[in-house]
Amino acid sequence: MEPETPTRPGDDAPPPVKIALRNVFKVFGDQPDDAIRMVREGRTKDEIHAETGCTVGVNDASFDIHAGEIFVIMGLSGSGKSTLLRLINRLIEPSAGAILVEGQDITRMSKRELIELRRRDMSMVFQSFALLPNRTVLDNAAFGLEVAGVAEAERHAKAMAALRGVGLDAYAQSRPDQLSGGMKQRVGLARALASEPTVLLMDEAFSALDPLIRTEMQDELLRLQSEQSRTIIFVSHDLDEAMRIGDRIAIMQHGVVVQVGTPDEIVTKPANDYVRSFFRNVDVSQVFRAGDIARETQVTLIERRGMAIPAALERMRRHDRDFAIVVGRDKKYHGMVSAESLSRAARSGEADPYHRAFLADVQPIDAADTLSDVMGRVAQSPHPVPVVDAERRYVGSISKSALLMSLDRSGN
Amino acid sequence: MQDLDLGIGDGADAVVNYVLDHFTPALDGIATGIGFVTDGIRDGLTGLPLPVAVIAIALLALWRVGWKFALFAIAALLLIGGMGLWERMMETLSLVLAATLIAIALGVPLGIAMARSNAVQMVARPALDLMQTMPAFVYLIPAAMFFGLGAVPGTIATVIFAMPPVVRLTNLGIRQVHAEFIEAGLAFGCTPTQLLLKVQIPNALPSIMAGINQTIMLSLSMVVIASMIGAGGLGNTVLTGIQRLDVGTGFEGGLAVVVLAVLLDRITQSFGQAGHGFRFRQLFAGRG
Repeated sequence: MEPETPTRPGDDAPPPVKIALRNVFKVFGDQPDDAIRMVREGRTKDEIHAETGCTVGVNDASFDIHAGEIFVIMGLSGSGKSTLLRLINRLIEPSAGAILVEGQDITRMSKRELIELRRRDMSMVFQSFALLPNRTVLDNAAFGLEVAGVAEAERHAKAMAALRGVGLDAYAQSRPDQLSGGMKQRVGLARALASEPTVLLMDEAFSALDPLIRTEMQDELLRLQSEQSRTIIFVSHDLDEAMRIGDRIAIMQHGVVVQVGTPDEIVTKPANDYVRSFFRNVDVSQVFRAGDIARETQVTLIERRGMAIPAALERMRRHDRDFAIVVGRDKKYHGMVSAESLSRAARSGEADPYHRAFLADVQPIDAADTLSDVMGRVAQSPHPVPVVDAERRYVGSISKSALLMSLDRSGN
Repeated sequence: MQDLDLGIGDGADAVVNYVLDHFTPALDGIATGIGFVTDGIRDGLTGLPLPVAVIAIALLALWRVGWKFALFAIAALLLIGGMGLWERMMETLSLVLAATLIAIALGVPLGIAMARSNAVQMVARPALDLMQTMPAFVYLIPAAMFFGLGAVPGTIATVIFAMPPVVRLTNLGIRQVHAEFIEAGLAFGCTPTQLLLKVQIPNALPSIMAGINQTIMLSLSMVVIASMIGAGGLGNTVLTGIQRLDVGTGFEGGLAVVVLAVLLDRITQSFGQAGHGFRFRQLFAGRG
């Protein structure tokens, strides 16, 4: 009999398991064994705390993480998600259970073996970046290789390659405090990638960043993942982020992993009300601020002596705009004019034509206001609404269509 | 109560006598070692011609602090020279430097040990309290008995009095290193020694430098007192002023001490400040 045409292995079979957790517990306190026994007897977290003084951080976690996937651990603050992440590289010692990395139980590793594992196979990205302030960007990126004893030339070459991968090679000699938040976390990412680990642990890695930068970093992570597939375990409290980047999501509540599944499974078959509550609470208009969606698409006119009105009108015509924003040389917002009001003021021939041309009903929006605060005003205004920052500098403006698009994009 | 005597003073006496009877070779060894450091520094400093020393200190002030302070340094040093106290000032400076070097050599490792072990901290803390609060004169008596008169017992009494700040601030600085830096160090596979050298000490350096600054200032105040057991330097001038009730001499000696204090304070402080201290820190981090 002729053999069947061989199919490529792994086409349908699930990808191999990279990390497996088996009945993992973490109890903070003096009597972990008593506390674990009480958990197994079905006592509540509060009862256990009252009786033993121990806090159950992670309660009987068992699940598999597949090679090459982005696995998101999600939960509210205090749900034990960061603790669970730190059990995987034993920054926090598990109280009970087994954690198998490619079949090897890391809870039984000696200190030496554990250090080798951290240097070779696992690295970590932190919420507040944790870049060492006394080192250059390059030396930060090379940190993991340095402690592993890699020679300077080689580790600098590898760190430079990692920095190039996140687009920061030009900043190699800068200090961390000279970088913006997004750039710092790119360095954090480069540091984690420089040693070419197979597992990347990310603890709320993008939570400290502005929403727009956060989205950018998520895209960056997905791009890096498409170039070179690693197993990424990503802790987040943000459902939007989890849905966007996660291949599978684990949801934690009071230390218990209540559901593990693909984003679709979580949305369509939430395990309980806690899981369901995550979707209800996604209100984009509360998250985004006016400054986040303001765009400098309007014509800006800089007010100065001898500024000719015809030239200003010509610029507005060329850009096909009915309105323009008048700013000072310091970018401070002065007012908004329409083509009509400006030409009327010019005809009147008075001094200071700009101020006569300002539209009386335009009040700029504070960049720090949330979208829900400003939605009504943008909706009712006949023209784009200018946005200013705390120093009254012009940031950009929000049009009705831009508002609708940002609400729609983030709502799905 | 007045006649009650617990015999604590007798006990202290007995301990000192016991040490004197049984550990004289060890004491001599310590004295030789410390004498080597103090004499070396003193010979080096007093051997410098005045113009060379003034230029060197002014350049240091220019590099670390700025040109205004460099001008002040030149004026201040010439003032001391003009009062005829140059050599005594250099003697005092050499005592301060010797005592500070020894205090750092002992104090920084002790501070690190305290930061890494709560047990060490529990034992060391009361000892540090004792060293700092015991009236400075009290050290002079056993120091003179163990090591005779001169610069060596002066240095030892100074080290005991001046060491606590560098120990405390090393301990505090290392304990206050941000938990995320520690986690980052561990997550990337640091051994405990690597964590100390690459993460904890570089980040605690401003605090350690503040401790060294405090140690230097305390040394300076103690060195004056140590002149009572023949340590020499500006303290002698002050002491002469007191003994002869000579206000002028006493004031000149005191003024020279103040000027030296200002110079030492500003220059050493600059090493702990972030803006100026960068090159210095880089120097340290590079070796780590």
